Amino acid sequence: MTKDQIILGIETSCDETAASIVRNGREIISNVVSSQIESHKRFGGVVPEIASRHHVEQVTIVIEEALKQANMQPSDLDAVAVTEGPGLVGALLIGINAAKAFAFVHQLPLVGVHHIAGHIYANQLVEPMQFPLLALVVSGGHTEIVLMKEHGSFELIGETRDDAAGEAYDKVARVLKLPYPGGPHIDRLAHESEEAIDFPRIWLEEGSYDFSFSGLKSSVINYMHNAEQRGEEIKPQAVAAGFQNSVVEVLTAKTLRAAKQYNVKQVIAAGGVSANKGLRKSLEDTFAKEGIPFTVPPLFLCTDNAAMIAAAGSVMFEKGHTSTMAMNGRPGMTLFDWN
Amino acid sequence: MIWLGIDTSNVPLTIAVVKDNQLLVEWTSSIKVTHSVGAMPAVEEALRQADIKPNELDAIAVAEGPGSYTGVRIGVTIAKTLAWTLKIPVVGVSSLQTLAGNGSLFKGIICPIMDARRQNVFSAIYTNELDATLPDGHYALDVLLEQLAATEEDILFVGKDVAIHWEAIQQVLGERAIRAPFYHDLPKASVVIELAMKKPLPSIEETHHFVPDYKRITEAETNWRAEQQKAGQNE
Ligand SMILES: [Zn+2]
Repeated sequence: MTKDQIILGIETSCDETAASIVRNGREIISNVVSSQIESHKRFGGVVPEIASRHHVEQVTIVIEEALKQANMQPSDLDAVAVTEGPGLVGALLIGINAAKAFAFVHQLPLVGVHHIAGHIYANQLVEPMQFPLLALVVSGGHTEIVLMKEHGSFELIGETRDDAAGEAYDKVARVLKLPYPGGPHIDRLAHESEEAIDFPRIWLEEGSYDFSFSGLKSSVINYMHNAEQRGEEIKPQAVAAGFQNSVVEVLTAKTLRAAKQYNVKQVIAAGGVSANKGLRKSLEDTFAKEGIPFTVPPLFLCTDNAAMIAAAGSVMFEKGHTSTMAMNGRPGMTLFDWN
Repeated sequence: MIWLGIDTSNVPLTIAVVKDNQLLVEWTSSIKVTHSVGAMPAVEEALRQADIKPNELDAIAVAEGPGSYTGVRIGVTIAKTLAWTLKIPVVGVSSLQTLAGNGSLFKGIICPIMDARRQNVFSAIYTNELDATLPDGHYALDVLLEQLAATEEDILFVGKDVAIHWEAIQQVLGERAIRAPFYHDLPKASVVIELAMKKPLPSIEETHHFVPDYKRITEAETNWRAEQQKAGQNE
């Protein structure tokens, strides 16, 4: 039996300051998240400068807490994994520089991690991955279908051509005058309604695995506008349900088609929007019917956290993928130039 | 007593190691390389050259602002993380006082300047004992120059951004305005350490709460407050 591999993960790419310790890339020893969501609510979205200011306040506190909850010393660690990108550049730099200073003092290898790879690897904390594997990554910044033939290898099958799914949720939520962040509110309203407005499904050209959500958002705005002009009552529940049905149907259908084409052994959902109940249910039901194993991590691993960064970092560290003290934040980093 | 000093609050990067009041290593540059790339390798190299291991450090001194928000945060993040994990104190020093420190042998008053765009500067007025007679702040250039015009002594201007405003400065202050030679225009981490040594050492419990001194609230907050006020007036 070889020695356990213990990794400290650090994540500061958006509005959560997080640190976590993970054993062998699979087992969460501690997982600390300091959320700033309350600070950004009054602005209706994440303000990058405010996010960065919070990260500086919190970063050493969350790392200390992660060590304390794990009952570990820095000498128990094998490496430090930190989100390298994508994300808000000023925010990324706090985690990166804290990770570097910590790694330097304790002479630990540093592993830069792609944030979306982190979201995908959150699943590894639930059950082992089976390859080939298809991941549907849906968040405020991403809508991608990613094929993985083995650990640490990522192939882009489809992506959004305009808004990310989470972005579309936030924009429609704003039209419905729902508070930020809008996604959970739309999900909740959609479940309160029997009735659903019929909005278009944007399939793009035949065979494409890409997505487009900006047209759907426009349809919702037009519908609201026309109803207002005609003096008709608008039922926000029915609008939310109609919008959600359209998003969920397209995401599910394209993921299913890709899963069949690539003959995958497992499908996983990842990213903040995979916490959406409507989407989860649709994916679960569809893949259960098809007999393709489907997993989605528990809610606390769908939103940003550092356990997923440690889990992805664990694989890359095993592959010898380490970074230097000159590592920079890469706000526009793609998953495919990382592996 | 071994100190590590760091200042990344603007374009220049400066790192120093001081042991028992002797400067062992100082590295200062003013090349446009992001501090995220340059700062930690410079810390590593300065300590290597001084033949000092991180756990031999007794305290960290860092410029805490004002300056570029991102720049200040990188220095502060590195300093507080090193200090926290080494269980040693971190001392914050004004970035403006650090620049003013370059002119401490000058017989007159000292005005450090950092450009803050749109005819604004981060600045202060210091005596040559480095006491502030106008506190560190974000000032409109003409307001600062008015304050300086009301003084009597010669004024030494320090900082690489003086160049941007030199014409306007001379117009208001004439011959009383003296420009520091270029080799005094960059902050020096040895000065950061020297200023930190004059301050009481904070307890290591305070490290978690150490944050930059931005001297400005964010634009989003300024706008939000203005909106709240407007809403309040309309009620
Ligand atoms: Zn995320």
